[in-house]
Amino acid sequence: MLLDAGAVAIRNAVAAGEVTATAVCEMALERAARLNPGLNAFNHIDADHALRQAAAVDDRRRRGEPAGPLAGVPVAVKDNLCVRGMRTTASSRILERFVPPYDATAVARLDAAGAVLIGKTNCDEFAMGSSNENSAFGAARNPWNPAHTPGGSSGGSAAVVAARCVPVSLGSDTGGSIRQPAAFCGVVGLKPTYGRVSRYGLLAFASSLDQVGPFASNVTDAALALSVLAGPDPMDATCAHEPVPDLLPTLGDGIVGLRVGVPRAFVSEGVDPDVRAAFDATLDILRDAGATLVDVELPHARYAIPVYYLVATAEASSNLARYDGVRFGHRADPSAAGTLREMYFRTRDEGFGAEVKRRIMLGTYVLSAGYYDAFYLKAQQVRTLLRRDYEEAFARVDVVAMPTTPTPPFLLGEKADDPLQMYLADIFTVSANLVGLPAISLPCGFSREQLPIGVQLTGRRFDEATLLRAGRTLETRTSWHAATPPVA
Amino acid sequence: MADALTLADVERIATLAHLELTAEEKTLFARQLTDILAYARQVQSVDTSGVPATAHVHGTGPVERDDEPRGSLPIDDVLANAPDGAPEAGLFRVPRVIG
Repeated sequence: MLLDAGAVAIRNAVAAGEVTATAVCEMALERAARLNPGLNAFNHIDADHALRQAAAVDDRRRRGEPAGPLAGVPVAVKDNLCVRGMRTTASSRILERFVPPYDATAVARLDAAGAVLIGKTNCDEFAMGSSNENSAFGAARNPWNPAHTPGGSSGGSAAVVAARCVPVSLGSDTGGSIRQPAAFCGVVGLKPTYGRVSRYGLLAFASSLDQVGPFASNVTDAALALSVLAGPDPMDATCAHEPVPDLLPTLGDGIVGLRVGVPRAFVSEGVDPDVRAAFDATLDILRDAGATLVDVELPHARYAIPVYYLVATAEASSNLARYDGVRFGHRADPSAAGTLREMYFRTRDEGFGAEVKRRIMLGTYVLSAGYYDAFYLKAQQVRTLLRRDYEEAFARVDVVAMPTTPTPPFLLGEKADDPLQMYLADIFTVSANLVGLPAISLPCGFSREQLPIGVQLTGRRFDEATLLRAGRTLETRTSWHAATPPVA
Repeated sequence: MADALTLADVERIATLAHLELTAEEKTLFARQLTDILAYARQVQSVDTSGVPATAHVHGTGPVERDDEPRGSLPIDDVLANAPDGAPEAGLFRVPRVIG
């Protein structure tokens, strides 16, 4: 089936006139409608919007206009990215009826490339979570086993690619929210360099950490998606002017001579045996392909979780101050709300879920008088030390390899009542956000319970090309990426 | 052992954060925030003397765009999301603030 063949194959078939974008769109809508009741991976499937976009692609082709790089490719985007005229909720009650009057830049670029947007995917509320259980609309489920989490926060975007409803989707990654669900669902997930992709129209969680990026069922499709998304945007002052290389031609160049750093001390503790075995086997494959393994030290990586949760919650407490019931979103019943101030308080109490409140509280605390220096400032200083760790490592190596997650996908409910335990599961992913480097998660095996395991490669600033080339090399020597879950 | 957050601490933070919390939420957050802060306190053991803070990771700082006038979103489109909009006046309505 064409949907399983990936974005490049679909684009080529549509461009050659072998199939219409409308026919592909109908296949994707059918599969999404069939699988979503079990997966809860879409917050919203918009058949009318998708069929309109597909018809426009077909019209352009009939008129002989050039096909875009994603012509006719069905896609889904995380429900924290604004789509003009399409409900965008961030999986929060406070935005349950919010319909954006503009497109996020990433969404506009997909549209300009000819992609066909099927719908908005489920996520943890405001992207705060590692299991999707913080969604106001119920958790998405792992296509490999619905008792397990698909990961978070972009769990829906990972699940819909794993289930082959769409070949490409978008997520956002503040502390691992693309890479961890990619690992848990057995797909490719790429967090680009901070500033590589515009954040305009991404509902802000932690502005110094947030980055938009793609999920795909293979590395080539991820490279194609990034090439569409990347590049400067006048609407985002943090979006870099760095030139975007053509990522596809170098994918097959191999990794002879690539220096792969392995922080042995950091990855030796608390890693599940199945994850360790898959990681070690991946290192062997990289070495067999011509890479050199080099031990590196990241002495401050052990502080990455506390630094991350201090910095991210501080930024979130400021960013989420805008949800006050005045200009958009939920407003508490005015007859009960009383004064303006009481309206703010009740609106936010009714609109936000427990984890969002917890993080706003934590962030407010660490920014408050008497605690700012001891927590927030201190965390920012340790963030500098972590950056220096990575600078030293990248003086000697080209990429750093770690497991994406310490364990295979955990059970839904397993950590739901213990926020600290949930935070600790992000140990290998948060550093890349704190230091702004690109990182990719690639499928690298399965646990004894037949649940996916991912390996993470982190690269130099704006060097996504090397990550993708290494990922493509792994794909040619393994077949993990080609495995599909029983439901698909 | 880190100092435990009291209910009064939680209420003070909630007020700063414009959050109304239930009694159960206050008790729960007092315990959970105490645990999280006790864990986060390990950053205080790192020697950071003379280390500057990292607030952002842009390479060269923010990128400026040309200062060209451009249109803004249509008022009606924006007010369509307002919980209590007054499109005829082009305004958002809120509870009375001044006497």
